[in-house]
Amino acid sequence: MSTVRLRAVVNGEQRESAVDPRLLLVHWLRDELGLTGTHVGCDTSNCGACTCLLDGAAVKSCTVLAVQAEGAELETIEGMGTDADLHPLQAAFREEHGLQCGYCTPGMIMAAEGLLRRNPSPTEEEVKSGLEGNLCRCTGYHNIVKSVITASKHGGRAGSRETEGAQA
Amino acid sequence: MEAGTSPESTETTNGAPDGWVGQAIKRKEDPRFITGTGRYIDDMTIPGMLHMAVVRSPEAHAAIVSIDKSEAEAMEGVVAVYTADDLPVEGGIPMVWDPPGVEVNTPEHMPLKSGEVKCVGDPVAVVLGTSKYGVVDAAELVIVEYEPKPVVVDPEAALEEGSPLVWDQFGTNKTHEWALAGGEDVGAAISGADVVVEQRIVNHRTAAAAIECRGCMAEARGDQITLFSSTQIPHITRFLMAGMLGMSEDHIRVVAPDVGGGFGGKLNTYAEEVLVCAISRKLGRPVKWIETRSENMSNTAHGRDQIATITLAAKSDGQVTGVRAKIVSDLGAYFQILTPFIAELGFPVAGGCYKIGGIDLHFTGVFTNKFATDAVRGAGRPEMTHWIEVMMDQLAQRLDMDPLELRRKNFIPTDEFPFTTALDITYDSGDYHGTLDKLLTHLDVDEFRREQAELRERGIHRGLGFSTYVEVCGLAPSRAVGPQGVGLQAAFWESAAVRVHPSGSATVYSGSSPHGQGLDTSFAQIAADRLGISPEQVDVLHGDTNQGPFGWGTYGSRSLSVGGEAIARASERVQAKAKKICAALLEAAPEDIELAGGEFRVRGQPDKTMTMADIAGAAHIPPNELPADIEPGLEETAFYDPENFVFPFGAHACIVDVDTETGKVEVKRWVAVDDCGPAINPMLIDGQVHGGVAHGIGQALYEQVVYDEEGQLVTGSFVDYALPTAAEVPMFETDRQETRSPVNSLGVKGVGEAGTIAATPAVVNAVVDALRPLGIDYLDMPLTPMRIWQAIEEAKGRGEGPRATEQGSDAGPHGRGAAGSGPTHPDGGGVA
Repeated sequence: MSTVRLRAVVNGEQRESAVDPRLLLVHWLRDELGLTGTHVGCDTSNCGACTCLLDGAAVKSCTVLAVQAEGAELETIEGMGTDADLHPLQAAFREEHGLQCGYCTPGMIMAAEGLLRRNPSPTEEEVKSGLEGNLCRCTGYHNIVKSVITASKHGGRAGSRETEGAQA
Repeated sequence: MEAGTSPESTETTNGAPDGWVGQAIKRKEDPRFITGTGRYIDDMTIPGMLHMAVVRSPEAHAAIVSIDKSEAEAMEGVVAVYTADDLPVEGGIPMVWDPPGVEVNTPEHMPLKSGEVKCVGDPVAVVLGTSKYGVVDAAELVIVEYEPKPVVVDPEAALEEGSPLVWDQFGTNKTHEWALAGGEDVGAAISGADVVVEQRIVNHRTAAAAIECRGCMAEARGDQITLFSSTQIPHITRFLMAGMLGMSEDHIRVVAPDVGGGFGGKLNTYAEEVLVCAISRKLGRPVKWIETRSENMSNTAHGRDQIATITLAAKSDGQVTGVRAKIVSDLGAYFQILTPFIAELGFPVAGGCYKIGGIDLHFTGVFTNKFATDAVRGAGRPEMTHWIEVMMDQLAQRLDMDPLELRRKNFIPTDEFPFTTALDITYDSGDYHGTLDKLLTHLDVDEFRREQAELRERGIHRGLGFSTYVEVCGLAPSRAVGPQGVGLQAAFWESAAVRVHPSGSATVYSGSSPHGQGLDTSFAQIAADRLGISPEQVDVLHGDTNQGPFGWGTYGSRSLSVGGEAIARASERVQAKAKKICAALLEAAPEDIELAGGEFRVRGQPDKTMTMADIAGAAHIPPNELPADIEPGLEETAFYDPENFVFPFGAHACIVDVDTETGKVEVKRWVAVDDCGPAINPMLIDGQVHGGVAHGIGQALYEQVVYDEEGQLVTGSFVDYALPTAAEVPMFETDRQETRSPVNSLGVKGVGEAGTIAATPAVVNAVVDALRPLGIDYLDMPLTPMRIWQAIEEAKGRGEGPRATEQGSDAGPHGRGAAGSGPTHPDGGGVA
């Protein structure tokens, strides 16, 4: 099997691998880099559990080849915040009970991050249509929508949390 | 009720002003999930682990002529390819319902099929190898020759003389019949009724569709096997696995890691779990299998798939005098653990929240060439609720009566609880007028009707539908549902062990196996109040057969009312011992010790106090003042078998707009008032209701598992099986009423399935309300654009609508069969 060299910045760190050209981005993140917060839910880019940011835009990593990320900057849930320093979206999901089983949650947060970077102050309807590509079976979406609205009011955009404060 | 467990005698205060129970505290589970550090089955690996891929049948019914695995075996990285002949197991997947006096035709359900396949997706071989991608490639190289046999997919056709047989050995596709009647004679009620309404109601096949698919990993070492599995029932799985593997239970450990949603789909023991264990034992290497979504659609149990013919008898004033239900259940080709019992499981709430003189139920199970149906969120109760709530609207329409007035007239009166139904089931507590009254404080029906009339003038079809449901949950009193009850070869008590550590923090071991509900948090609240500590000091462990006592798992909205009660009881036993220790050290009588404000103190002597940390320290390093008859340590276990089910209830209202040009339904508003007893954590209750209602909206409008006439699964992925998205569900308006259950000391009832149970009839009643002026008086789910458009066109054809045309369809609103699978494919997926 011939491999292809892949270099990308993942959560701020330069990473490099020799990968099978058909390797999916989600499997590179999960199986090679150990970033298991990005989940697989449907294999067909319907559910969005695998959503991460590629050069700042939300993509479904189950239908992106790893080699397509060559030279790119990738952001996953692990790069968003830590227990001690939660990203405003993470804090808001907890505050508003925007998760139950947690399986869709990383993809939801990354899709929401992509949305807030495009539209920092979305309306309820804009959040709903913005998250249309992410499925949740537990929450009925109500509290997810509230979480994103709350985060948007508390510095939802990455990098602004120091000034706005992380707690909803 | 045991001494010391009545609400009056339980002291439940500590640092929180009025106790932790009732507080909307944030979830203990969240930190790992929001940071991507949860540990789901696919996040786990073991050195030396092999991946397993399953070779599945593309045929719905066929003889296996030959299997050639040589090419796959030769592939680099492939370690083994096994068929049924290579991998003997002791037994197949068991089915645990053995109703007294009724024969259930029960076929063998081996994890790998030999001889014949009976449905698409049937596993015929497995490939083991070192690469995740490699085993999938190799599975493609396993050549299986099939000789197709006749297929039957329609359960009613399957019952007809001359139908192809799924199992020749039984000479019929009928699996069993089960009948139950009680109260006044329903035949007499029908013949003597002023009005009789009858309707055939299809409750179509759906999928549980947890966002995490199933998965499992087994590691055999020496004579021990550890099975990690995304399951709702780790302890039951160990028990059943021991039988299938021919091993002793003490040699098997089952662990449910973080589970990404269940919804009933993981309330089962599946072929792949047996296979990874048997293969790991054979090869001496860890084996992992992760389900694809396509496999999840074809080989994780489906739900519903029942056709009910309902006859409702009433007096001219609206009093319902009797109801008869004849229910045909499509069970698929095999049985999972509860398959033939799912329709029957809803029987305690046949007749809903109404006082009905006579109830007559008749169930028929049918084999078809599809995968098994089994539990999906609600399991039998959504079906029962759907038909009674739809029929109440039908009756109201026939009598030209307000549907809420009709409901009120028939509600079981609040002062008649506990109420024993015609089927001799005792509803524990209820106040059905209360939840409906409260609903109407949020929704002005008169104003809605004015608005509806105005909108109709402008061509906008808006409808309002109600559902006043009662649910049976808290599975279950073992005497009622066990071997000598309805015949499940199981019991349904729950266990809890509460261990206080030397420093005063605690670990709670629960036999429940939560997977998203937030029970780590609500369980901690229950224990914290009784131990005089905070929920942050209580760790809740579950899902590991090597930790804590045997338990029956999480399903049937049982974990709080049964599992939570077990925790309350074990915690109270710890509290009683703590009081004895405290009394000895403070030189007081144990009965004079009270727990208040997080302190154990001598009544009337506020300066003489001890904290749980003080007491736990003394329990572990006993001072000499402690009498010798007090055992060291601070740990208690409780096993709780409820005396009755619990019966949550509520009133839901749904407002929809129907686009009559496209048939598309938009849910504009949802108002829900639920009563599941006193809230342990109201935030979690709202979350359960939101998710439950969304699940019901999904079934009512979009979701359907569709097999075509050849038994091919049309909805094999989320491209075709349409789950609702954020854009399709409204923001929910929820409120609560709290009516205590007398069954458990917490007074609680379940809420995990309530929304799903309530939702579907509210949607259907709303859509029919919107379309009634067009001549439509009933619609089967799912209410896809195609189905509604066809119904409108058919009504026009009947001349009942505003414009009659020649158009129409033979797959009308009453037609059997599928009609599309959702908004993404409004014109596809039908079998009519």
